[in-house]
Amino acid sequence: MNQMTDNTVYAGGFANPPVASAHAFRAAMNAMARPGTVQKITGATPPEGISPAAGSLLLTLCDPETGVFLAPDVDSDSLRGWLTFHTGAPIVAAEEAEFALGGWEALMPLDRFRIGTAEYPDRSTTLIVEVAGFDAANASLSGPGIKDTAQMGLPDPMACASNAMLYPLGVDFFFTSGSQVAALPRSTQIRAEA
Amino acid sequence: MSDYNFAYLDEQTKRMIRRAILKGLAVPGYQVPFASREMPMPYGWGTGGVQVSAATLTPEDTFKVIDQGADDTTNAVSIRKFFERTAGVATTEETEKASVIQTRHRIPEAELTEDQILVYQVPIPEPLRFLEPRETETRKMHALQEYGLMHVKLYEDISQHGAIATSYAYPVKVSDRYVMDPSPIPKFDNPKMEMAAIQLFGAGREQRIYAVPPYTKVVSLDFEDYPFEASKADHPCDLCAAEDSYLDEVILDDAGNRMFVCSDTDYCRSRREAGHVGRLGEEAAA
Amino acid sequence: MYVAVKGGERAIDNAHAWLAEERRGDTSVAELSLAQIREQLALAVNRVMAEGSLFDPDLAALAIKQSRGDLIEAIFLIRAYRTTLPRFGYTLPVETGAMACDRRISATFKDAPGGQVLGPTFDYTHRLLDFKLAAEGEAVEAPTSAPRTEPTPHITEFLQGEDIIEREPSSDAQPGDLTREPMAFPADRSVRLQSLTRGDEGFILGMAYSTQRGYARNHAFVGELRIGTVAVEMEIPELGFAIEIGEVELTECETVNQFKGSKTVPPQFTRGYGLVFGQSERKSIAMALVDRALRWKELGEDNLGAAAQDEEFVLSHSDNIQATGFLEHIKLPHYVDFQSELELVRKLRREAAEAVEQMAAKEAAE
Repeated sequence: MNQMTDNTVYAGGFANPPVASAHAFRAAMNAMARPGTVQKITGATPPEGISPAAGSLLLTLCDPETGVFLAPDVDSDSLRGWLTFHTGAPIVAAEEAEFALGGWEALMPLDRFRIGTAEYPDRSTTLIVEVAGFDAANASLSGPGIKDTAQMGLPDPMACASNAMLYPLGVDFFFTSGSQVAALPRSTQIRAEA
Repeated sequence: MSDYNFAYLDEQTKRMIRRAILKGLAVPGYQVPFASREMPMPYGWGTGGVQVSAATLTPEDTFKVIDQGADDTTNAVSIRKFFERTAGVATTEETEKASVIQTRHRIPEAELTEDQILVYQVPIPEPLRFLEPRETETRKMHALQEYGLMHVKLYEDISQHGAIATSYAYPVKVSDRYVMDPSPIPKFDNPKMEMAAIQLFGAGREQRIYAVPPYTKVVSLDFEDYPFEASKADHPCDLCAAEDSYLDEVILDDAGNRMFVCSDTDYCRSRREAGHVGRLGEEAAA
Repeated sequence: MYVAVKGGERAIDNAHAWLAEERRGDTSVAELSLAQIREQLALAVNRVMAEGSLFDPDLAALAIKQSRGDLIEAIFLIRAYRTTLPRFGYTLPVETGAMACDRRISATFKDAPGGQVLGPTFDYTHRLLDFKLAAEGEAVEAPTSAPRTEPTPHITEFLQGEDIIEREPSSDAQPGDLTREPMAFPADRSVRLQSLTRGDEGFILGMAYSTQRGYARNHAFVGELRIGTVAVEMEIPELGFAIEIGEVELTECETVNQFKGSKTVPPQFTRGYGLVFGQSERKSIAMALVDRALRWKELGEDNLGAAAQDEEFVLSHSDNIQATGFLEHIKLPHYVDFQSELELVRKLRREAAEAVEQMAAKEAAE
């Protein structure tokens, strides 16, 4: 590793971890509790190509007890180094991951991720999906956390709807872009819209 | 401030709790196991709620703690002090001003908003525990949605007493899937659980966290011919004349005379300040 | 006019002040030092270290002083402190075969390499109050002998040589840790043993005693009981090898239990295991008996429905910090839930009385 990557690896963590992670978690919790809403989440400066939102989620939620899968489009030595240095999280295969990071296409197929068991539905993967933005809603959401309905742009509404069919099993999604995060838990009912 | 980390818990512990909270929100009513830590207060005194609050609070939050609806009960005072000392957060007794409210046994009377988080202390998170003491069994029952036993129990009440003889910790079904213990709130509070705020439940000793996201369907279990009834003492508050609040009964003298007062002390105070006067109250000082 | 009770905060502060005064007791009596507690109440210190899961005699002594000698309270203080400590890493497993033994006895062989060493035991003291101790006791010097230089082999090794006792397969698998992961059932043996060694001595003792009295009797012999110090070693990644970072005192008990054999295994002896911080003899024997009782499933034995065989029952109730907290919490205010019960019972009684009246009226009309 040259000096340049070394710096990238060590830099970009939370400036004041207890406070920054408390803020980032509040954003993540609001997102998960209110599917379809977009929350601001900042604090981390991950290596090039990864959004501050995704970086902040990783720093807030990952540690040596959580395996992280990096999809091929985001996997790099610098990201591995950064993640290891700041969280100690082991990099694992998709099938064993607690968290998975990447673009939608690179993360697929969805069915390789853990969906929990009937007795322990929590033993499932949370996907952190990097997206271009949150405009262009193509799905109507309803269910826990949603007053009537909410609109959201999803990379593949049909795939997300099939995931919801597995309820209470299934994966949960965070969508990240820039310093914004939205979430889609498995409990949300999805109707594709034209 | 202190030798301890912000909000007492170390960051790794908070991460573990935060992950459990997110799973709880994703599967409303399902009890997520978490490696509850030993807290500097006894198990059974709110260690679950305290851990959830510690993992949730930010320095900008305004924190309120109630026990039995009141801010000044000793354990509420003790928990509030703990977070003043370890997190340096602002505290309040006013429900409207609080962003995070930790509670034991009550839901505030004032309707909670989207900007609020309600954290419940839970002693026994498993609603089926009194029917089946074994975790290995109850876990299966939840997995298979096998809730017949609960209905049988409630129905036995009806055949024996003519009514469902459960008056607090009255079981609910969340989002048509999991039967959940609402913590030992009086059943009067059950209908409030469909609210705009996020509800988080922490059971420290039993190592479980669960959650109800805003606007989630929460139905108290009942029967068509014996519908659920949110009951309370049939009196107005003797201090503020409220007809719609849950009441504590206070024994006044050796002759056994009683009065009924709001269990939610902040609700009662704000009503009295607004000029409402009950049977034994007196006009607020002008 | 009724005024609601206020002033919880002041009441708490005053209670704490009173407690502090009571803790000190009569100030004309000299104050206890931590060194006195550590040296002269060593078995209390050991229990606090064992059930507090933290080997630190000075902190345990402080906890005993602070808790006025309430050992469960002291264990609680240690647990609450321990949980805030950062984890730098994990030590290598300690080698009890290399223990420098203060005491080592076997109930199964009259003699064996390493011998029978009684050590500092109460066993053959006559339990007569020693009034000389009430006066200022003078220092007693015990006779000494040269320490054994070679390791003391485990008694079970001799049985193993004959292949007449079950083999404990060695494993490099990571043991469970119930302080880091929530308890889940079935629990593996490492978690069971961890739970038992932290468990309340009285509870484990009662469970073990119940097996002796026939509730899943497992015919235990104390194959060996040894007390002494072992080295604690840790691998330092930067060094690439393990170094000794200190030593701890341990009590280890291995029981040798009868086993009739099963469909797949010929008759042989089986084992129960106890390992506890400090000189904690009663606890380690009890632990070994309960460990053995909990192993019925893996040994293909019958579930006799005994409490000590019931993993969920034993492990869920052995922790005295959990138990005491939940037990004592019922003294906290329960006005709200009690009020709802009160209303309900009144309503049910009213309805029952009305029903009786109606019946009477109906009968009268007829």
